[in-house]
Amino acid sequence: MIIGLDHYLAVSAILFGLGLTCILMRRDLLLILMGLEMNLNAANLALVAFSRYGRGADGQVLTLFVIAIAAAEAAVGLAIVVALFKNRRSVNADDFRSLKG
Amino acid sequence: MSMPSPEQLTWFLLFAPLVATVGILLFTRRRPMASAVLSIAAVSLSFVAAVKLFLVVASGAVVSIPPHIWLAAGPLIVEWGGVVDRLSVLMLLVVTGVGTAIQVYSVGYMRGDSGVPRYFSLMSFFTFSMLGIVLAPNFIQMFIFWELVGVSSTLLIGFWFERPAAAAAGVKAFIVNRVGDAGMILGILMVWGYAGSFDFAVLAGKWQGLGLSPVILAAAAGLIFCGAAGKSAQIPLHVWLPDAMEGPTPVSALIHAATMVAAGVYMVCRVAWLMAASPAMMTVIAWTGGLTALMAALIAVTQTDIKRVLAYSTLSQLGYMMLAAGLGGTTEAMFHLTTHAFFKALLFLAAGSVIMALHHEQGIWRMGGLWKRMPLTFIAFLIGALALSGIWPFSGFYSKDEILFLALEQSRGLLVIGLVTAFLTAFYMGRILWVVFFGEPRDGVLYGHARESSMVIILPLGILAVLSVAGGWYSVVPHFLNPGLVAAVPSDKIMAGFLAVPLIGFLLAWRVYGKAPTDDAVLRRILGPVYRWMENKFYFDEMYGWLVDSVQDTIALVCETFDRWILQGVGVGGISGITRGLGGVVRVIQSGDLRFYLFMAGAGVVALLFWWMRL
Amino acid sequence: MNAGDALFLFFSLALVLSALMVVLSPNAVVSALYLVLVFLFTAGLYILLQAFFLALLQVLVYAGAIMVLFLFVMMVLDLRKPCRWWDGNLPALMGGPLVGLAFGAAVWATLRRTVWPEATSETLFRGDLAAVVTPLFSRFLLPVEIIALLLLVATIGVVVLTRREDHP
Repeated sequence: MIIGLDHYLAVSAILFGLGLTCILMRRDLLLILMGLEMNLNAANLALVAFSRYGRGADGQVLTLFVIAIAAAEAAVGLAIVVALFKNRRSVNADDFRSLKG
Repeated sequence: MSMPSPEQLTWFLLFAPLVATVGILLFTRRRPMASAVLSIAAVSLSFVAAVKLFLVVASGAVVSIPPHIWLAAGPLIVEWGGVVDRLSVLMLLVVTGVGTAIQVYSVGYMRGDSGVPRYFSLMSFFTFSMLGIVLAPNFIQMFIFWELVGVSSTLLIGFWFERPAAAAAGVKAFIVNRVGDAGMILGILMVWGYAGSFDFAVLAGKWQGLGLSPVILAAAAGLIFCGAAGKSAQIPLHVWLPDAMEGPTPVSALIHAATMVAAGVYMVCRVAWLMAASPAMMTVIAWTGGLTALMAALIAVTQTDIKRVLAYSTLSQLGYMMLAAGLGGTTEAMFHLTTHAFFKALLFLAAGSVIMALHHEQGIWRMGGLWKRMPLTFIAFLIGALALSGIWPFSGFYSKDEILFLALEQSRGLLVIGLVTAFLTAFYMGRILWVVFFGEPRDGVLYGHARESSMVIILPLGILAVLSVAGGWYSVVPHFLNPGLVAAVPSDKIMAGFLAVPLIGFLLAWRVYGKAPTDDAVLRRILGPVYRWMENKFYFDEMYGWLVDSVQDTIALVCETFDRWILQGVGVGGISGITRGLGGVVRVIQSGDLRFYLFMAGAGVVALLFWWMRL
Repeated sequence: MNAGDALFLFFSLALVLSALMVVLSPNAVVSALYLVLVFLFTAGLYILLQAFFLALLQVLVYAGAIMVLFLFVMMVLDLRKPCRWWDGNLPALMGGPLVGLAFGAAVWATLRRTVWPEATSETLFRGDLAAVVTPLFSRFLLPVEIIALLLLVATIGVVVLTRREDHP
């Protein structure tokens, strides 16, 4: 067996699917954020694989940007979680329903 | 340093007042003196540039300023340029020259007012806009400045906006002018539609040769004339000008006597080719002018506010100019425009001097005997009155003479109107002279406080007085406008006749008002019911009021019904009902459950993925 | 099977298992620790892909910074009551895996259909530092600046969001 691009992409897809599952299934806001990080990571993996097999640096450069944005996103997201927790003493997504139409 | 080229002079002349406006607004809003100096410096520099341009043009040189393309959208090409010829240079001289004198005068007149910087910034802005009209080489550019002039005029009429009458007068002027300008822009579009150009020079060359039907030619000329009638306050759009006297007196002198109201006449002269293409329209213009002249003179006889008398006399003189323009006498119209700018500005400024001395009292029946108190102002007013009435050898005699002579050659009816108006003009000016300056003081307190005005007031009066006297000598203006002119000199008998008419008017005024009456009782008795018509300005305002009331209210009722039942009920109600119903369905999804939203988003992404990949 | 392939199998299996544990573990702290593992194994895959610089950054930023931030927040929040995933309602429990599986199926089908160009050892991209970083200072200079600005904004936003209410 020769490991090629599609193997990496398959791993990336599985990781993304698990991240999606995490986001949708877990009720903990922190876990939802972790699922998001996993999604970003899956995308990164795909990008690096494309960069390797597509003969270009662009994929890796893009990955750098994603990492930077992921850092910002995690910081802001966690800050929102902290602010929410200060108001409601809870991080359970089901407790926040005040936007009901 | 080399001499600036005519083109540079032109742009400098145009933009110097604008720079002053911006400078005042930005830097000297709290310093009245600095604002005045800035504004006067700008307008006098423009005047110097205008004189230089005048010398260039008078020497026979042709100044051409290549236009720049400003906007090009398919066949619609709008250019930006300037036209410097004999017509525009004369007008530039009038605007900047009279403007300089009046702005100097304003320093004295507006002293102590809290809005002096605003006043001067507006005056400068007006000057800029007016010069823009004069220099415009095409319809679009002219229309833009036309509207700017309208705006600055409105703002200056309503300068004392805390007075309801002034604010209302400003609005009235603006609305009445809108009516005329609506016609004008339709006319511009029509001309463009048929000829495909806005440029005066291009249009002048091809308009006659297009082979258009007389109806279309008349419609185009008539619509454009609507704009001129609005700005120059011709019947039936004259109602705003008397009310405009609510503005400060120097404003009345500059804008509502000397320059802006002459813009309509100037435009008719500028587009003379357009008017001349339709003989029917020319007749309409001439008769509109004649009727305006006559009607305004009749009203002026009965007015008791010194500024309103002058306002109606302005209407009347503008009627003369239109009459001349309608008879094809561009040169005569511009000649009278020029001399009128001199002596009417002089009259207004002298009246302003009187008004100031009497603590802003404008009713003539509270004045009297003032020549002893303010001799210099009296002399200035006298010169202005004589020039306005057309007494030899003052400037008004020459210009009015030429118009009457034109009428004599072409239309007996208009000649009669012109002569009656000339008689009435002399009569009401005589009335003002006798009531205001002679006889016994009618209000002892006001008379006791009256003092001659300061030098800053008298100096512009003197300059304008000299121009009013000499402005018509040797027919300088007609010869400049039309170098090849061989004036058909009227015989001495005709001249004597033209001169006798105003003299009779003066004599009659002396008979009626020479014995220091306290009101118009004599005239009222002689004229009877006619007097009441004249006093009420022929009920134009009432008629418009009734028209607006009945017609507008009917239309408004229909609109309201339509709005309430069709738009509100079916239109708005229908749309809001549909939205509300749909919203009621969709709000079920809006559960506020974060994870449900996430699920929808995720499922949506996956569904899209399946769809795009054709799985 | 050579050593590279063996390493790939190990890393990817461990990666998937760790990710599964993140999803399934009842305790948020445990999930976070598994997530660290996920990031580390991803870094391993990066190394196999010759992206050494990124592997380094992955460990430093993700495992080092972001996850520490997560754990830190968990400690600060002092969560007494873990919210276990099996406490939720059935539709939510079903929905997550369903969408995840559907996504996986979509990618799987796409991968099966796609024919990738043949890659030989000469054409593979070697991600040495210069090759990766040079574009950052030339072609991607503006995005880098924008990202810097974004990070600044995020920093300020975090400070504002977590400010104490009684000290406005």
